[in-house]
Amino acid sequence: MKYLSLVWAALFRRKTRTFFTLLSVLAAFLLFGLLDSVRTAFAVASNSVAAADRLITVSKISFTLSLPKSLYTRIQTEPGVADVTYANWFGGIYQDPKNFFPSMAVADNYFDLHPEWQLPGEQRKAFHDMRTGAVVGASLAEKYHWKIGDKIPLQATMFPQKDRSNVWTFDLVGIYHVDDPNLRGQESNFFINWDYFDEARSLGNGTVGWYVVKLADRNRADQVAGEIDALSGDSDHETKTQSEQAFTAALMGQFADVGLIVGAIMGAVFFTLVLLTGNTMAQAVRERIPELAVLKTLGFTNRTVLALVLSESVLLLVLGGAVGLGIAGLIVDAVRTSLPAMGPTAPMVPVGVAIWLQGLGLMILVGLIVGALPAVRGMRLRIVDALSGR
Amino acid sequence: MGALVEIRNLSKVYERGKERIEVLHHVNLDIEQGGFVALMGPSGSGKTTLLNLIGGLDSPSEGTLSVAGRRIERLGEDALARWRASNVGFVFQFYNLLPMLTAQKNVELPLLLTRLSAAQRKRKATIALQLVGLGNRAQHKPSELSGGQQQRVAIARALVSDPTLLVCDEPTGDLDRQSATDILTLLQQLNRDHGKTIVMVTHDPKAAEYASHTLHLDKGSLVETPELAHA
Repeated sequence: MKYLSLVWAALFRRKTRTFFTLLSVLAAFLLFGLLDSVRTAFAVASNSVAAADRLITVSKISFTLSLPKSLYTRIQTEPGVADVTYANWFGGIYQDPKNFFPSMAVADNYFDLHPEWQLPGEQRKAFHDMRTGAVVGASLAEKYHWKIGDKIPLQATMFPQKDRSNVWTFDLVGIYHVDDPNLRGQESNFFINWDYFDEARSLGNGTVGWYVVKLADRNRADQVAGEIDALSGDSDHETKTQSEQAFTAALMGQFADVGLIVGAIMGAVFFTLVLLTGNTMAQAVRERIPELAVLKTLGFTNRTVLALVLSESVLLLVLGGAVGLGIAGLIVDAVRTSLPAMGPTAPMVPVGVAIWLQGLGLMILVGLIVGALPAVRGMRLRIVDALSGR
Repeated sequence: MGALVEIRNLSKVYERGKERIEVLHHVNLDIEQGGFVALMGPSGSGKTTLLNLIGGLDSPSEGTLSVAGRRIERLGEDALARWRASNVGFVFQFYNLLPMLTAQKNVELPLLLTRLSAAQRKRKATIALQLVGLGNRAQHKPSELSGGQQQRVAIARALVSDPTLLVCDEPTGDLDRQSATDILTLLQQLNRDHGKTIVMVTHDPKAAEYASHTLHLDKGSLVETPELAHA
């Protein structure tokens, strides 16, 4: 710590140059914070969202194709299946096309298989009793200021009613909550009754989008999945049954390989950062060779000089990086507040301890890399040569 | 008083590619404790090389060099650095202060290598600055000080760790006559009143007059006898 004032003074010897270098470090770590937040959100979505004892059965050709409702009872009687439910994509929009959120028609027992969605008993009963009833997540209700008893008109994008009307009006009877902050993105769903939906829609009647199967024994997942798929073997509606985790990962993969994209962007950013700050540090140390020689004259050892230059470089990265990550955190919070109902899960996770630790590790690593050559040069300089300007 | 610095058969050879340059040639010299020695000679005579060797900034090619009984030519790089920190104070022609630090912080630099607390370092630096007459300039940066004042700060930095030996390389070479006189008077005072042994390289015969002894180097050899350096 006693060297901090010396390191600090050396860092800000050329204020303008240091300021612009700090800005570039700040920008790199701002980008890192934002992109890592997105990457983590996708990773969370495809990992922790899934329950280990649930399977998803969809059409083998594409999960956008429907399956016959008649499969329901057949799956239900399969050994190893504890319970089955089903759902269909509804795809409604509220007032304006930009107000789009996941809306699904679900079977009566859909909430039984998703205990992470907490819906009070009386609201559950109201959903069951009222054909036009709807249940929404708390985040979605908060965003549009909906309260129980409201009539909510949704414009159908895929399923017009039998009378050709595109407007479906639902009665809000329940609001569910999710406690796990990692799953908070699931509070953006809008659920309607499948029975009412199937009765009123003008096409696709008697079909469902996917089945959700609860396993009696999670260790038999592969066997049960195979048996379920065998039910539709050689039919025109062959199925693909997989764990909810695998299904979610595949769904996320439809968007893009976020990890690869983020990795590629950050690789380019940090490569540029290493060149830029490396050049700055090399220049800064080159200018200070006589000063480093003075320090060595006064008795600073080679290792102390090495440590001083490396500390300066790491301090540069940590200062700029911490401010960048801090701003990234504020931006992510602002985005999450303004877009609570975006996508199947929240598009970003908060810039938390894990991202900070990862960022701090990167700051130190980049600092050591860019400081290494100048530090070694400072360490190796011969006092008499440096003082005489050789 | 006995010799603080004992030099025997000291040679220094630089090799630049295939060229071999002997800068010092078998020098023998004793400098007594409390002496004030001026080293004079034409450019390239080896004055600064000899000073660098005495101050432990460079290693001889041949011969022995003892300071206060310690054979410093035998010390490794790190040991030599630690020895310099506690035994030698350096004053350069161009002051060599760190421009981004205040006078106070510049003077504190050698003390960073000690176990002193921040408060103790500050107190010692303040005393050293007062000793050189710059107590009221502690918070000024070098760019805010005149040449003479900067050299005083450099002297305070050289004194702050209370070394036995001060080595000064052309300490007045960059100063006007009045400032030069002030600096030389200060060095003389440090020698007489505080017992500091001083070895000073200078081109200026007037500066050399402040020393108790003057040695002349020419082509790497001492022109006058070593005994002259005895106080």
